[in-house]
Amino acid sequence: MAQNLFSDELLGFINEWKDKPGNLIMVLHRVQGEVGYISREAADEVSRLLDVPLSTIWGVVTFYHFFKLNKPGKYNIQVCLGTACYLKGGDIIVDELGKLKGLEVDGLTEDGKFSLEAVRCVGCCGLAPVMTISGEVFGKVTKDQIPGILDKFE
Amino acid sequence: MIHLTIQGIEVVVEEGTTVLEAAQKAGIRIPTLCYHPDLKPFGSCGLCICKQEGSAKIIRACATPAAEGMRIITHDNELNEVRRTILELVMSTHPASCLTCVRNNKCELQKLCVEYGVREQPFETRIKTLPKDTSTKAIVLDPSKCIKCGRCVQVCQSLQGVYALEFIGRGDATQMCPAANLPLGDSPCIKCGQCAAHCPVGAIYEVDEGNVFIKEASDSEKVVAVQIAPAVRVALGEEFGFKPGELTTGKIYTALRRLGADYVFDTNFGADMTVMEEASELVGRVTKGGVLPQLTSCCPGWIEYVTKYYPDLIENLSSAKSPMMMQGAITKTYWAEKMKIDPSKVYSVAIMPCTAKKVEIHRDEHMRSSGYDDVDLVLTTRELARIIKQFGIDFASLPESQADSPIGEYSGASTIFGVTGGVMEAAVRTAYNQITGKDLSDPDIMTVRGNGSFRHGALDIEGKATVRFGVVHGMANAKQVLDEIREAKKKGTRAPYEFIEVMACRGGCIAGGGQPLGTDDEVRSKRTSGSYTDDKKSAVRCSHQNPSVKKAYEEYFGQPLSEKSHHLLHTEYKQVPVYKN
Ligand code: SF4
Ligand code: SF4
Ligand code: SF4
Ligand code: FES
Repeated sequence: MAQNLFSDELLGFINEWKDKPGNLIMVLHRVQGEVGYISREAADEVSRLLDVPLSTIWGVVTFYHFFKLNKPGKYNIQVCLGTACYLKGGDIIVDELGKLKGLEVDGLTEDGKFSLEAVRCVGCCGLAPVMTISGEVFGKVTKDQIPGILDKFE
Repeated sequence: MIHLTIQGIEVVVEEGTTVLEAAQKAGIRIPTLCYHPDLKPFGSCGLCICKQEGSAKIIRACATPAAEGMRIITHDNELNEVRRTILELVMSTHPASCLTCVRNNKCELQKLCVEYGVREQPFETRIKTLPKDTSTKAIVLDPSKCIKCGRCVQVCQSLQGVYALEFIGRGDATQMCPAANLPLGDSPCIKCGQCAAHCPVGAIYEVDEGNVFIKEASDSEKVVAVQIAPAVRVALGEEFGFKPGELTTGKIYTALRRLGADYVFDTNFGADMTVMEEASELVGRVTKGGVLPQLTSCCPGWIEYVTKYYPDLIENLSSAKSPMMMQGAITKTYWAEKMKIDPSKVYSVAIMPCTAKKVEIHRDEHMRSSGYDDVDLVLTTRELARIIKQFGIDFASLPESQADSPIGEYSGASTIFGVTGGVMEAAVRTAYNQITGKDLSDPDIMTVRGNGSFRHGALDIEGKATVRFGVVHGMANAKQVLDEIREAKKKGTRAPYEFIEVMACRGGCIAGGGQPLGTDDEVRSKRTSGSYTDDKKSAVRCSHQNPSVKKAYEEYFGQPLSEKSHHLLHTEYKQVPVYKN
């Protein structure tokens, strides 16, 4: 399993960066680029290859927003739960996605189509509550609009 | 030397001294929450802020080196205001459940809130209730109470080299916990409890089993036999106004009897037995060509570390059980038979300086060598102190008493087991006798003593043998020598040592994770002196001279490494995955 988790190219990159300071973030960046997210298996592998404790890696990937710990769906949904969106009912969107698709925050639908992330402020508070699907922004979302929005991505 | 003034008081300090330490010298305590003398300044809490006369700059005393001519203001109205605000902010995210907290009256945050007169809650509270991590039998993590000072993470990583704990997450949601949402029990944690001993608040603490003891001790069907570890006698007194290192052995025996113990034994007897077995094993390995260097095996924190991180060195570990486990096995076999007591009725309790000991008693089937749990319950020094208080016993005025014979007498060698270098010294005293047939004219082996993190050297045994020794304390300090042994092994040679002692805790068990709080190097050195004093005043200084040990071999075990010894006093180790999941 370990052999085919990372491509030869990625392994080469890791090897090249093995002893350079500040390599961890570089390597994790590449790993996410290739695997799509930092799975536990990928983190274990990086830990082994760089001889860095798993806890150190976990500290880094949970610190930076950039890193994803969960497998993204074909379409990744982000729901803003920053102050403005939260006050305007961002959590209602999350609940509704749960009802419609069985999605939980950081979860993935069974068919692998949608994943859900809660985020803090996507920078368009005027449109609160906001959700994005694979980069496309939907503002002032109401509960009733959600099925229609999702249909666009089916 | 550097000259500066602190609140107008002139002090002279050495280069590299921090403003915080300089203030201590001037007799002024600057408040701290994240700083701990065992650790590098972390500078996260901001409580230690000070001003310099004629400057608008604010400094953090814990992280600022003293400089020539500094004129430091540590306390004035403004600084105290700021500190109060910091404390109020901390309290806005910290549950005010002091009354039911294990650290009530022993909490650094609580103490500071008292000092700074925090009476109100001007900030909106944002208190999260997060689940406790109760996955180990040693310590509990209660993240709701964490003030994010970072001490535990530094302890676990820098002092212990274990890396079980890390800052996980960011901002408000940061938690000190293992990777991948795993509970501590599935993490690399070795249960040493040093994180608990360093936490300023009640966010990490020992699993409290005091009530189990009280219940069992009041069961008239049970024969309750209690043993106390070497390090307990130099520390328990601190909970009752004695100075660190003051010996209260006789009072502890009495207290235990008053709490319901039917028999009081001493782990030191077990330690003498450990010396007999471990020294014989060493002499055997040296003379008959066994795997060397031999590594000590009495610290369960260290055993968990080596079985996780250095499984290739398992064959180097002494197979001798720890003193506690030997004592437990002997209690339920040799002693029970001798006393004609049904071992199934014996409830065996150990008072230990250590949280890892709570896990050790369930390690594997060898811990049931008597056919029963050899040790049924482990209480830490702190737990025992709490029960003594609960039962209203005035510890200071207790009369002294003796341990019960014949598995309660001990030699001076055994009582230094709790000090770094002590196991080595005790074993060498007996190995010397086994090799030369004579006793050391002076049993003090000064070359193995001290507090260097890795001490090594060679002891010449009258030209008949040389013991090249290594002594390590503080788990992180073991890496260097373990890597050396591993590398040599890979090359088909062996590292230049015969015997290496490792203790997970800095200073040894006298500063274990279950000892009275507030341990720093000064306290360590006092407890250490207490142990050496106990050794010095012992009538018998070597384990092999302990008459009760001789008797146990004559009447029961035959000789060290006999079949009976192997069954009851030795064990085996298996590799343990670093992460269970
Ligand atoms: S008990 Fe020791 S190893 Fe476990 S988390 Fe605490 S400091 Fe780390
Ligand atoms: S658990 Fe304790 S030592 Fe660790 S960061 Fe929180 S308050 Fe500090
Ligand atoms: S050094 Fe002593 S107190 Fe610390 S883990 Fe080892 S046995 Fe326990
Ligand atoms: S004690 Fe100096 S910043 Fe916390």
